[in-house]
Order: sequence, then C-alpha cells, then structure tokens
Amino acid sequence: MKSALPGTIAAAMIIAGKDLRSELRRRTALVSAVVFAALILVIFNFARDPTALRAEQLAPSAFWITCAFAAVTALSRAFAVELEHGALDGLLLAPVPREALFLGKFLGNLTFVFVVESIALPLFVLFFNVSLKGALPGIILVAVLATVGFVAVGTVFSALTARVRFNELMLPVLLLPFMLPPLAGAAQVTAALLNGRPLVESAGWLRLLLVYDITFVTLSVLIFPSLFDE
Amino acid sequence: MTDSTSPHPPTLLQATGLRRAFGERVVLDGVDLSLAEGETVAVIGPNGVGKTTLLRILAGLLRPSAGSVLLDGRPVRTADPQSRAAIGLLSHRAMLYDDLTLQENLEFVARLHGLRDPRRVAREALEQVELLSRAGDSPRTLSRGLIQRAALARALLHAPRLLLLDEPFTGLDSAAAGRLTSLLAARRPAGLGTIIVTHQEHEAREIASRVLALRAGSIGRAAA
Repeated sequence: MKSALPGTIAAAMIIAGKDLRSELRRRTALVSAVVFAALILVIFNFARDPTALRAEQLAPSAFWITCAFAAVTALSRAFAVELEHGALDGLLLAPVPREALFLGKFLGNLTFVFVVESIALPLFVLFFNVSLKGALPGIILVAVLATVGFVAVGTVFSALTARVRFNELMLPVLLLPFMLPPLAGAAQVTAALLNGRPLVESAGWLRLLLVYDITFVTLSVLIFPSLFDE
Repeated sequence: MTDSTSPHPPTLLQATGLRRAFGERVVLDGVDLSLAEGETVAVIGPNGVGKTTLLRILAGLLRPSAGSVLLDGRPVRTADPQSRAAIGLLSHRAMLYDDLTLQENLEFVARLHGLRDPRRVAREALEQVELLSRAGDSPRTLSRGLIQRAALARALLHAPRLLLLDEPFTGLDSAAAGRLTSLLAARRPAGLGTIIVTHQEHEAREIASRVLALRAGSIGRAAA
C-alpha cells in the first residue's frame, strides 16, 4: 500500500488543493471578499469630487486599499477552517515537514487573493474609468510582487491568531502595519503606470517589493513551524 | 507510582517521567508508560484527570514540561516527519473537513501519507467502518456515531503501527463498538500497538491486555 511520502512542494500542493476545493465548494469567503471589494470601490468612487481630484490620482490607492482589505477577509478564514473539527491536529500529525503546511496554506491564500484581485481589477476600471492600455502587464507584475509578500506575512499571522479570542480583530491589527510597504510600493508603481510612465522608471519600487517578498517568505517559512510547538 | 512492566518486547513506545503543567496546574507528574508491538493498553480515569493531555503528548502534538516519549527508540517530537506516519490518532474531534465529502477527506489524508491509489485506499477505509454508502456525504450530515466511525477510518487509513484512541466508544452503538473491537483485534497480530484512554472501564477491560489508571497525575495498574 505504501509509496514514497510526498516532498515539501508536493505536500504543499496537496494542502493548497484541499483548501481551494473547500473554498470553491463553500464560496463564502470568495463572495464576501469580492462584495467587500466592490463596495469599497463604489464608496471611493462616489466620495471623490471629480473637480478636485482626477481619477488617476485616487485610483491606485483605492485599488490597493481594496485589495488589502479583501485579502484580510480571506486570510482570516485560512486557519479557522483547520480548527473547526480539530483538523489542524490531523495536519500536524501528517508525515510532512511543517514548512509544507506553511507553503500549502500560503499557495492556497495566494491563489485566492489573486482571484479576488483579478475580479476587482475590471471593477476598478469600470468605476474609475481609467485606461489600462499599455499598463496592464506592469500592473500584473506589481500585483504579483506586492501580493506574494503580504500574503506570506498574512498566512503566518492567520495561524498565530486563529486560536486567540477576537482573532478577526487581531489579524488586521497585526497584519496591516506589515502590509504598508508593499501597498505603498504597489500604489506608487500603479500610479506611474496609469499616468503613462514606463515600468523601468519604477525599478526602485519593484526592487523593494522583491526584497520584501524574499525576506518575508523566508522568515515565514522559518517562523511557521514554531507556531505549533505547544 | 509508575507502570514499570514491559511484558512484550520489542517495545514500540516508551514514555518516561512525563510531566505536564498548564500554568500552576500540574496535570501529569512523573508518568511512565511502555507499549509493546501488538499490545493494547487502556488508560482509565475520570474526566479531567489528564487522559487527553497524555494522549496528545504521546502523539507528539503537545510538548511535555519534562520527560520523553520514544517511538521506535526515537523522540516522537523531534524525529523526522516521516516517523509520524507510524501514528494514528482518534481524537475526541473528528479531524474532518465539512466542505469535503468523506471520500475526499480520506483521499486527502492518503495523499499526505503518500499512499498509492488514494481513491481506492479511501474507499477501503470507509468500507471497513461500513460507511461506503455515505462516501459522497459531508461530515456535517452525519450523526455523532457515524462521525466517530469516519474518524476511526481516518486514523486507520495509513496502517499505523501505533494507534492512539481517545474515548473511542463515544457515540457508538453496541454493534459499532463490537466492530471496533474486532477491527483492532484483527490488526494486533500485525504488530499494531494501541493505547486507549477512556472513562468507560468495562469496555477498556474487554479490549485491553493491560489496564492502567491515571490518578492525580500519576499512572498505575488499575484495580481489577
């Protein structure tokens, strides 16, 4: 019956696959994140005085604030499902490295947030009436770079706060300060792209996002196993 | 007081000097326990005496404040992840996901254990506990007794060598309890070592070759 135990990446894919299958079936987190994103965009759009502020000036910040809050909504669910029937114990007993647990949850969360962002982006274009012509590849690149970093940190904090009281309040309080650097960078690059500036002018911000990703993904992989050392 | 007997070599599990405190409250204090391959040991005691804490320490899910647990001579907490494949745990929680069917839940476990043909393995595990007809159902649609059977299928799926059962008879009717007893008996000759913690002394005596009592943090032979 036995065959080789899955390696770290294979185990991570199995865990991410389970999470995505669960989420596709449940859909509550996805629907609430998308509705939440649409509401924020609508509010930003109607709150803006078009005679005082051009759409291109407000749009990048609005888009990234929307993505950040939608991601927090998703991340708050990430470990809650593991606690419902003690499923976390089952994961901890599985013969896979703890790092695989982090990578699996991280990949699942990352896919989820990318889906929310890819739905929010057309809504953003619709509500703010901005043109993505020529800017789309750059925006996709910056979205990937920004999202990887804050989802890595968010996955760790989601695990950390899952077993504490008021965890849905604790997660944003802990996570939002860590989200500031990637969000600021992403908003700056998006603003430059929407104003027709070439991507190469934002190389400094892109490097910062890359360093942030490498640093926090590495730290998250290293820290994560100790979170379950009861 | 300790249980120092080690009747059936080779030893599968050896716990020595286990102590666990939660803040000021000492739950386990100097617990020694050994389990030989193919042996079934029951640990009985009233609610809140520390049976579940003991089981979680033996499974490596909880760190003891002092003492050690060796599985096949290797520390259970610090051994490589592969050594966890030898452990099966039936907790008082089912460790199943409501958004997956029973079949999907067990396939997920089979994949994490690297078992060949996870679909077949999951079906066989469900068949063993007579839940194959409910394979496509979510755990949320099952009664307490059926959940317990599904959780047992999950614990046995990967053919563990050490089975840790926390109140395994909870929610089971007499027929299901009988099937559980037969299932464990059938696996014993292959070397399955089982530790059952329960407050149901009658069932414990029926199923176990040794019955130990946990009292005030210490373990010892239960009075017959």
